[in-house]
Amino acid sequence: MMRRDSGRRDTSRRRFLQRSALGAAALGLTGCDRLSQSEQVAGTLNLAQRLNLRVQRFLAGERGLAPEYPAAMIDPVFRPNGSTDPQTARYRELAVNGFADWRLTLDGLVETPLSLSLDEICALPARTQITRHDCVEGWSAIGQWTGPVLGDLLARAGVKPQARYVVFHCMDQLNGKDFYYESLDLVEARHPQTILAHSLNGAPLPTANGAPLRLRAERQLGYKMAKYLSGITLVTDFDDLGGGKGGYWEDRGYTWYAGI
Amino acid sequence: MPDTLSPPASASRGRRRHPLPVRLWHWVNLWCLVVMLMSGLQIFNAHPALYWGSASDFDAPWLELYAIRAPDGDIRGQTALGPWVFDTTGVLGYSTANGQEQVRGFPAWSTLPSYQYLSMGRLWHFFFAWLFAGAGALFVLYALLSGHLRRDLWLSGAQWRGLGRDLLDHLRLRFHGPHGGYNGLQKLSYLGVLLVALPLMIVTGLCMSPTFNAAAPWLLELFGGRQSARSIHFIVAAALVLFFLVHIAMVLLSGPWRQLKDMLTGGPRVIDEPAATSTTATTPTTRGGRDQHDAS
Repeated sequence: MMRRDSGRRDTSRRRFLQRSALGAAALGLTGCDRLSQSEQVAGTLNLAQRLNLRVQRFLAGERGLAPEYPAAMIDPVFRPNGSTDPQTARYRELAVNGFADWRLTLDGLVETPLSLSLDEICALPARTQITRHDCVEGWSAIGQWTGPVLGDLLARAGVKPQARYVVFHCMDQLNGKDFYYESLDLVEARHPQTILAHSLNGAPLPTANGAPLRLRAERQLGYKMAKYLSGITLVTDFDDLGGGKGGYWEDRGYTWYAGI
Repeated sequence: MPDTLSPPASASRGRRRHPLPVRLWHWVNLWCLVVMLMSGLQIFNAHPALYWGSASDFDAPWLELYAIRAPDGDIRGQTALGPWVFDTTGVLGYSTANGQEQVRGFPAWSTLPSYQYLSMGRLWHFFFAWLFAGAGALFVLYALLSGHLRRDLWLSGAQWRGLGRDLLDHLRLRFHGPHGGYNGLQKLSYLGVLLVALPLMIVTGLCMSPTFNAAAPWLLELFGGRQSARSIHFIVAAALVLFFLVHIAMVLLSGPWRQLKDMLTGGPRVIDEPAATSTTATTPTTRGGRDQHDAS
């Protein structure tokens, strides 16, 4: 599904301009397919992402809330997507005894790194919210999520001034090889509805929905909301992470800004 | 500096049938809408089903494209619209791409890129959305300030009253109006596209964005929830495709080469008649008495 021709690189500006000028040819399917495989074209189209982030942030404000819904609108079964039953050795071992040995680490560019057990996380002051989950594929589901506000944990750890992004490490491998990961900037990470959910609809998080802990970032699309969390790291950039784009799907061509 | 009391503009200084901003917008908009439609169908194919309300009731989409295995072992493409199911093998639900049969909503020839590639479809869609919205906003501004909207697009009282007759004439393929301007039905369809359909596309598109929902939750409620907004986005897109087909048909029926040439070069110059009566004052006439009916 994620075909991408990264091998072919024509850095020649002239050739790029020729291609752009031949825009009309793109009306032909083969033309469009060829354009879609060009790094430069993808890079140009990607400019819209920055505009989307700036304009939407401006319109919604840093703390504008995602809609919340009445309990009657909760979907009885919250449709899971991506990994639904992680098979990594690490995850299976931890799941056997109900994640008693699991810990969430919070480290990187913080004053005081944290390491919390599931019991400790469940004992923290929590926010409960009934929100709509929008998958990048187009469907939506409504669920009730409970967990500590991420901003509170970040404040407790003390974010260093050079930190720019919050990276979420996961215990599942969607393709059997690369661990899932995701990232938010500090504005979205400190948003009042951004929580680490340990419960769905009043019960402990089911395996399919990310047990023992998952991210909820309610103004973003579903692929941002990392499941099966193991660690959170504050960083200045994504250079040393996966494919360097800030997330599992981002490394495969999806936009980092997932507010639309 | 010419003063405002100079005699009416001579033919050589009159407006062209299609002023430059109209032509520019027409072609930029065509380009944008084709890319938006095809990349939109690519995005739709990631989950080829539509619902009403806030969330997706997966058991009850009002429209769904899918494939089934028939009793004879063949795979058939299906389109379910409410309670009706149609066999649409080869086009919707199941079709051939690059010699290979695939389960997919819309066929390869209609999507951008042709193969399943959601992230790239989204890149095309959102980049051209900005071009489309920017060009559209500039055009509306131009149409308001230049008088294009009031003079060429807004219906006169007589045209509002004559819409029924216009419709009958069109159905009889009799659409050569007595004067050079757009007829009532034409104006109504242009106004509908410019002031209703295109803005609706932008707004329902934005209502699918979770961050935009945080900015304007009331707008989401107005459309009845995110899945309703997605459905309306799809329905208005289908209406625009219908408009496009009728538009092309009308061009073909009314001197396609001249129509195409005029939309490229501007066409003959038109002179505004002096304001004589309130109903005809805004009707432009042309030199040479050429048939001036435009495609609707």
